[in-house]
Amino acid sequence: MLDDSIAAISTSLGEGGVGIVRISGRDAFRIADKVISTAGGNSNWLKESHRMHYGRIADPATGKIIDEVLFSAMKAPKTYTREDVVEINCHGGYIPLKETLRVVLAAGARMAEPGEFTKRAFLNGRIDLAQAEAVIDIIRAKTENALKIAVSQLDGRLSEKLAFIQDKILTMLAGMEAVIDFPEEDIQEESNEKLTGSTGEIIGELEALLKLAATGKIYREGVKTAIIGRPNVGKSSLLNSLLGQERAIVTSIPGTTRDIIQETINIKGIPLVLTDTAGLRETEDLVEKIGVRKARELAREADLLLLVMDAQDFYTQEDKRILRELDFSKTILVINKIDLNETLSYKEEFPIPVVKISSLSGQGMTALEDSIEELITQGKAALSETVIVSRARHEDAIYRANKHMEELLAGFSTGVPLDLLSIDLRSAWEALGEINGSTVTEDLLDRIFSDFCIGK
Amino acid sequence: MEYLAGEYDVIVVGAGHAGCEAGLAAARLGCKTLVLTVNLNNVALMPCNPAMGGPAKGQLIREVDALGGEIGINTDRSAIQMRMLNTAKGPAVHALRAQADKLNYQENMKWTMENQPDLDLKQAMVDKIAVENGVVAGVVTDTGAIFKARAVILTTGTYLRGRIIIGELAYPGGPAGNMPSQKLSDNLANELGIKLMRFKTGTPARVDRRTIDFSKMLIQPGDERPWNFSYSSDIEDREQIPCWLTYTNNDTHSIIRENMHRSPLYCGMIEGTGPRYCPSIEDKVVKFAERQAHQVFIEPEGKRTNEMYVQGLSTSLPEEVQWKIYRSVSGLENVQIVRPAYAIEYDCVDPTQLKPTLEFKSISGLYSGGQINGTSGYEEAAAQGLMAGINAARGLKGRKPVVLSRSQAFIGVLIDDLITKGIAEPYRMLTSRAEYRLLLRHDNADQRLTQIGYEIGLISRQRMDRFANKRNLIVEETARLNNVRFKTSPKAQGFLEDRGLVIQQGTSYGELLRRPEFKYRDLLKLSGDMPDLPEDIRESVEIEIKYQGYIKKQQTQVEKFDKIESKKLPENLEYLSMRGLSREAAQKLDQIKPLSLGQAARISGVNPSDISVLFIYLEKANRESGGKKTVE
Repeated sequence: MLDDSIAAISTSLGEGGVGIVRISGRDAFRIADKVISTAGGNSNWLKESHRMHYGRIADPATGKIIDEVLFSAMKAPKTYTREDVVEINCHGGYIPLKETLRVVLAAGARMAEPGEFTKRAFLNGRIDLAQAEAVIDIIRAKTENALKIAVSQLDGRLSEKLAFIQDKILTMLAGMEAVIDFPEEDIQEESNEKLTGSTGEIIGELEALLKLAATGKIYREGVKTAIIGRPNVGKSSLLNSLLGQERAIVTSIPGTTRDIIQETINIKGIPLVLTDTAGLRETEDLVEKIGVRKARELAREADLLLLVMDAQDFYTQEDKRILRELDFSKTILVINKIDLNETLSYKEEFPIPVVKISSLSGQGMTALEDSIEELITQGKAALSETVIVSRARHEDAIYRANKHMEELLAGFSTGVPLDLLSIDLRSAWEALGEINGSTVTEDLLDRIFSDFCIGK
Repeated sequence: MEYLAGEYDVIVVGAGHAGCEAGLAAARLGCKTLVLTVNLNNVALMPCNPAMGGPAKGQLIREVDALGGEIGINTDRSAIQMRMLNTAKGPAVHALRAQADKLNYQENMKWTMENQPDLDLKQAMVDKIAVENGVVAGVVTDTGAIFKARAVILTTGTYLRGRIIIGELAYPGGPAGNMPSQKLSDNLANELGIKLMRFKTGTPARVDRRTIDFSKMLIQPGDERPWNFSYSSDIEDREQIPCWLTYTNNDTHSIIRENMHRSPLYCGMIEGTGPRYCPSIEDKVVKFAERQAHQVFIEPEGKRTNEMYVQGLSTSLPEEVQWKIYRSVSGLENVQIVRPAYAIEYDCVDPTQLKPTLEFKSISGLYSGGQINGTSGYEEAAAQGLMAGINAARGLKGRKPVVLSRSQAFIGVLIDDLITKGIAEPYRMLTSRAEYRLLLRHDNADQRLTQIGYEIGLISRQRMDRFANKRNLIVEETARLNNVRFKTSPKAQGFLEDRGLVIQQGTSYGELLRRPEFKYRDLLKLSGDMPDLPEDIRESVEIEIKYQGYIKKQQTQVEKFDKIESKKLPENLEYLSMRGLSREAAQKLDQIKPLSLGQAARISGVNPSDISVLFIYLEKANRESGGKKTVE
């Protein structure tokens, strides 16, 4: 029961501060050793219990560094669970934490059930008998909470996608099992080519899901949006009106916004992480120069650019120069202060969407939101069908399902018999079933009896 | 007038496939045993098809055999055809199937029963089970005979309130023209408080061999290799009689459609739930309307009868329509039906009321096995009968029950499914129900279970020795192949050139066997010094070596599974007042009363957090009683 090692993110998720990935169990040290590298490349930390060490987390599969971390290895029994425990303090933010957990799981840990650390603490005698009921309450509460989160995070599209893939697997499995269990029935055995083809398709779907786990990042972390333009065209007032509240200092003295201001807003269900940058212009002021350089950098990294121009002083030389620097495919031209020049007209045909607004009166803001949505959803087709695989548990399950399907594919090519192939296929189905709680046997029998005419 | 007719240790009610195994096992384990049947001419009756085995069912027979049951030996003696199915689909699902001579099967089994010491076989209709203070006391027959007993095993098959339906005609009846049991259901349900369900099944018509045109059918012969189910059978010479294959056609389907309104199933005359894997021909035509033809197998019922079984044409349509349906099939144009097809409805027990020993939780000493537990099939019945017989005998002798796990045997899967998950339709064993089917093969049933059968006392010393010898040969040959390395020779070269293969010098034969393109029989052509081993040993060795990787994978899964299975739950846990369980889980646990955490986890509605809660309770109870840690 307690002979496997478990891991989980043991701090609540959110921005800021540090997050901890905790591993507990007899292989905790061995698992940590696989993913942590220390400065000297040695594993001396293994000998120093209950001390903080500095190191890096890397993905053993790719060697890619994930995060710089502080970690401590604690030898049983003086630990929370009375087992060997490793706690890895990652930088805050979801991604490094989740990636760290992912490599820890890949290195041999099992995802902890809700409340499992506490449960182990109790089973190993650390928590005394009087608290047994409190332990039960913790497990119960955590489970219910986790269930709520799981359900709410099981995005409708992910559910659909999963159900679709499971259905494909079940169709294959039912075909194979029907042939095995009813050998004398008139059941058309699928050809190896067809089964190989279906397996390939399913792998494609699973890989797409795993990729979407990365694309899902956009929804999780937001679309990085930078508001740019020469000084004093109304960038901060646009930011404020998008935010619906005063945040950035709004003055008409050029260069007031020296600090980068970040804020997340929700436009039609798409989270935008808005950055208001210092005006993009050549400047002598050193402090501001840094701000401008940073702004350029941000403009490069951003997923979406809102280029602001002033309706009263439209399309200056400087505006032209800035526009030239930008990536058109992710830029919207926002003509601000239209209330001050309602008769604005221009001959240019811009290669990007143009929206006229007044951040003061709110005029044109709806059109701007439409334009933003259109650019994001139409420009990146993947996004519109993006499936949010936000939980590491889901990703882990999909990853395992994919592995089983790859083994199946290898099995087809080396002539492994049907009954053994079905083991991998069934395992793939079961891994996906962990996400939405479905079990194989009954579904399988239902499918066999509905798909095949069987009987004497 | 009631009178005392006899006193026994164990009484078995019913002498079908479950009853015979139960009675033989109890008597062989030293219990004074009585087996009662409504009709002594119908001991071990095969009221449906004349076949034994097939996928999963064949494994069940071999398991029963390895534990010391009778069905394998009896089938070998009565077989008129043997075939190994699924040979191309992998080692886990090879399945032996036999056609049995029905009368011969019955005669052999009855003779075995009659000659079994400590076993009495009598004809009587049991109307009542006597229970005193929650403990079984005996049975009472319709003639007033009281038989006292310390354990009673119900193996009543489809006889409880049996009702035969042929089209618009319906009457109380048992299978194959036998009398039903009319009163026992009432006693079980109303006096003993046992929850009953109503199921339905059916069988096709029997036809006269002489009126069939076999020239329009495909012959289905048996295998040339002399197979046996039992590990103790040595029958090598067996006269084999073929089966025949033909098909329904559009005419058949039109006749069925035109007469559908007369089907008792479609006009609501049948209330029982039927099995999906055994649909009537009208079901198949309705559900799979696009199919132009359905298979029909013609199977001999025996050597000395002209009756033939018509697999695939089970129906409950009126007799007059049956004639039209049958005669529309190619080769059956002039067929004479000698017994009409019928459907039968019967009462059965909700098996979640049983312990894994097949004893009722609510009545000490009362067991049930076979079709009364909602299963279908002779093999499923035999397996349960055997386990009920073994456990009834052990219960009386104060010995530990024998419960097989899901990782040990199909028998374990079968009984665990019944008592843990319950059933909504007649239950048939399928290989896909077993999680570890690669380990539960037909070729290794003896390796899995002979030792257990020997310890129980149903396997003789002689047979145990024979098994040990076989096991040694397998172990030795496996080790030898892994050690001996390929050396080239003219003979080997010739073979390799024919096949277009290349082998590196020094490759072990084990490695060769793991390659998909090599079979054991190829090694015989490569090497001059292969030992002369029986075919079944070569096969076991081949499977063990060839699929080692997959087998190891499953063994690892089993180790995990066994850990949670070994966490025992006390029978007297008060689930309803247990804090932290969900309401549904508490109710289900209270009803099923699982014996282990693993079993608890398989109950629908019990989720992982409930299992965590149970775990904590176990540990708490253990510490309170001053015990050592339960974990690790």
